[in-house]
Amino acid sequence: MTHAAATHHTSMGLDSRKMAFWAFIGSECLLFTSLISTYLVYKGRSVVGPSPHEILNIPFTSVSTFDLLMSSLMMVLALAAVQRGDMKWGKIWLFATALLGLVFLGGQVIEFTEFVHKGLTLQTNLFGCTFFVLTGTHGAHVTVGVLWLLTLWVRALQGKLGPGHALTVEITGLYWHFVDVVWIVIFTVVYLIQ
Amino acid sequence: MKHWITTTDHKRIGLLYFWTAFCFFLIGGLEALLIRLQLAQPNGHLVSAETYNQLFTMHGTTMVFLALMPLSASFFNYIVPLQIGARDVAFPRLNAFSYWVFLLGGLLLNASWLVGPLFQAPHLNVAPDGGWFGYANLTERQFSPGPNIDFWLLGLQILGISSLAAGFNFIVTILNMRAPGMKMLRVPAFSWMTLVTQFLVITAFPVITVGLVFLMFDRFFGTHFYVTAAGATPLLWQHLFWLFGHPEVYILILPAMGIVSEVLPTFARKPLFGYTVVVFSGVLIGFMGWGVWSHHMFSVGLGPIADSVFAGTTMLIAVPTGVKIFNWIATLWGGDIRGTTALHFAVGFIAMFIIGGLSGVTHASPPADLQQTDTYYVVAHIHYVLFGGTVLGLFAGIYYWWPKMTGRLLSEPLGKWHFWLTFLGMNLAFFPMHLIGLLGMPRRIYTYSPDLGVSALNLVSTLGAFLIAVAILVFLVNVLRTRTHGRPAPNDPWGGATLEWSIPSPPPVYNFSVIPTVANRLPRWKTEHHEPMRDPPAVPPAPIHVPDGSWWPLVAALGLPVLALAPLTHTLWLAFLGAAILLVGIYRWAFEPFDV
Amino acid sequence: MAEGDHPKEQAHPTAETYLRVAAALVVLTVLEVGVFYVPAFHPVLVPTLLVLSALKFSLVVLFYMHLKMDSPFFSFLFGAPLLLATGVLVALLLLFFGTLTLRGAAGGG
Repeated sequence: MTHAAATHHTSMGLDSRKMAFWAFIGSECLLFTSLISTYLVYKGRSVVGPSPHEILNIPFTSVSTFDLLMSSLMMVLALAAVQRGDMKWGKIWLFATALLGLVFLGGQVIEFTEFVHKGLTLQTNLFGCTFFVLTGTHGAHVTVGVLWLLTLWVRALQGKLGPGHALTVEITGLYWHFVDVVWIVIFTVVYLIQ
Repeated sequence: MKHWITTTDHKRIGLLYFWTAFCFFLIGGLEALLIRLQLAQPNGHLVSAETYNQLFTMHGTTMVFLALMPLSASFFNYIVPLQIGARDVAFPRLNAFSYWVFLLGGLLLNASWLVGPLFQAPHLNVAPDGGWFGYANLTERQFSPGPNIDFWLLGLQILGISSLAAGFNFIVTILNMRAPGMKMLRVPAFSWMTLVTQFLVITAFPVITVGLVFLMFDRFFGTHFYVTAAGATPLLWQHLFWLFGHPEVYILILPAMGIVSEVLPTFARKPLFGYTVVVFSGVLIGFMGWGVWSHHMFSVGLGPIADSVFAGTTMLIAVPTGVKIFNWIATLWGGDIRGTTALHFAVGFIAMFIIGGLSGVTHASPPADLQQTDTYYVVAHIHYVLFGGTVLGLFAGIYYWWPKMTGRLLSEPLGKWHFWLTFLGMNLAFFPMHLIGLLGMPRRIYTYSPDLGVSALNLVSTLGAFLIAVAILVFLVNVLRTRTHGRPAPNDPWGGATLEWSIPSPPPVYNFSVIPTVANRLPRWKTEHHEPMRDPPAVPPAPIHVPDGSWWPLVAALGLPVLALAPLTHTLWLAFLGAAILLVGIYRWAFEPFDV
Repeated sequence: MAEGDHPKEQAHPTAETYLRVAAALVVLTVLEVGVFYVPAFHPVLVPTLLVLSALKFSLVVLFYMHLKMDSPFFSFLFGAPLLLATGVLVALLLLFFGTLTLRGAAGGG
């Protein structure tokens, strides 16, 4: 990230890192689809309870969803600030994005703890297995994203992240928004369609 | 030594891939010989049933993931940047990372042969033993309590990371690093097939990753993804595995098809017949390869509609494959043919792949497939495709590009011996398996009764396997002899049309002293409309900056086997250590001053 | 990096566009949760929710991930695997939940 981005000519006129990252996101689509498919094909196959409607807390998760959507807004604002060279706001928005990510993770910790108290663990039934592994994988992605954002934020504080690194911020944003759209799907398919 | 460990040069990484994969190829071959010795006669007692299970599991896993895929990768690494006129791949350090992850994953898998005592088990008793497709729920802790399956699933997870990283890298390399003037339909067929293969890798590997994660959770954290008592179905594993597994078949064969599409035109001195059709057939095979996976599961009883759909798609995918075969034959037709060893292997590929393809079409019919499932007929089919196809194709590539990669030409007379022994050996080894299977011998059973009436055929098959081993020895002799006695290779020993032949053998570290400008699809050949391009000057007119090596891809890669050791040994702190190593590696890598 | 190096990547939208998209996302989320609680919607709950979710998905991908303005090739790199993934999902659902019906069609086989 520190080195000056390679500015040499590319055959497609597109940045190589960005292209690789889009390919990575394409690949991640298959990862999450496999997890979501498993959740769906195992729906209603658990032989013991609890079942989704006894466990899932829609108001709570709606707030988490809102939080993650807002973090995506912070992310694009950070990118816009860095692109116009406004590093002061760039830093603020980057930190805000990471903070909202942390809030989401905190929400997930509270949610998981509550589920365990209600009697749903990873081992309880197929709903528990598929739910925790799916949302846990998503949570792991959010964690990586938060670490990434905080790294950028620290680099910005050190003055090592400037408008020249707009592309780095943009790629971080691609990752962050992708994690957000995955949550949009999970929120609908897992939480709302019970 | 340090230069090899820290290297980011695609050529060195290509050679590392080659030698590592070739060692694994030899190990997988030894496992095959032991299997064949056991089956040479009825009621064999060379190895126990438990050891036999480990032998066939490790043979399949090794050949697929540690030999054939990385041997193809060695050519992706060495040849693709040269064919498209680039100085390196798009992400040289990621490329080094892919190699180290592959090496460490392979070592972890094979360590299972030796570390039995650490798990209170005798030698040779903790290697994976659930078959290369590791069907649930046999692989559950309840039925496979030892660490055997743990080695398998953790090893495959690690190898998947290597393949994915390489996949992103080569997609970007081929799309974005082409020399000026090299439009997509001027990209050589091998690089095109590499591109299609990498798209299959980045889409198929996530699926098996998820399947393996479920298995890991079942085995270590008490989940029930494949536990029928909890309402789950082992069919989930079969679907996830074959959703990956069928594209994987094309991941194994498309690179060999690409190699053959380079070798045939060179030695027939004719452009590839219907280049565009060959390329688009490859793309079509890649797409259709995603729609046939359930034909591996006909015996499950998916119902008549699903059976009919997958039977139909399976028969359809034979069409683009057949198109390619006719194009290769038409390339040879009327050509000025030079019978080099490389051409022998390429033509052998076509013939053997036709047999493997045809027996594949017989599986496409569910009623026929029900008779063939789990018999040696399937073993015969897979070996005609993966040995007759992929291995012969890879050897064609080895003889073709060896002078480019090492600077010396392999001996042609020894090469011919190698080819004919291989050809004879593989047909003796694998053709009888069709009959053995149709006569009713199941695969994966460690012995059989003389009453089955397949004893003589099995003995022939074993003799064939040893003939292949002799052929491989001839190849090794050829390699050793060539190191000292081989004829030094000029830039272009064969009269090839593509860019890799325009530069010295082996190429200098920067590959091209001047990046060539490509005006047509066969830049080095004289055609009706084009004069051959001029080769780049021997001495670069301006200094060329070559990036330094880096330690950090290796460090990051080291984190993965440490992470894998945590569940294997039930030691939590190893997980933190592994994650820390990985993180340090990634951070140092990201912030390394590294100007490309 | 100078913008001129990448002629195919056009300028990104302004903060105002970003805010409008965010407002739309919030409204759609409120609608989703609202629909969930209104009994009248229950017969069409699943399709309604899928449409709303797809809208949100598209808004983020098109505007926040810039696919609307960026090179179409990136849309391909994302869209092709996404299409494949959707196909896999539908196929798996049919294979798992269609089994009984399909067998029934064969006459109780």
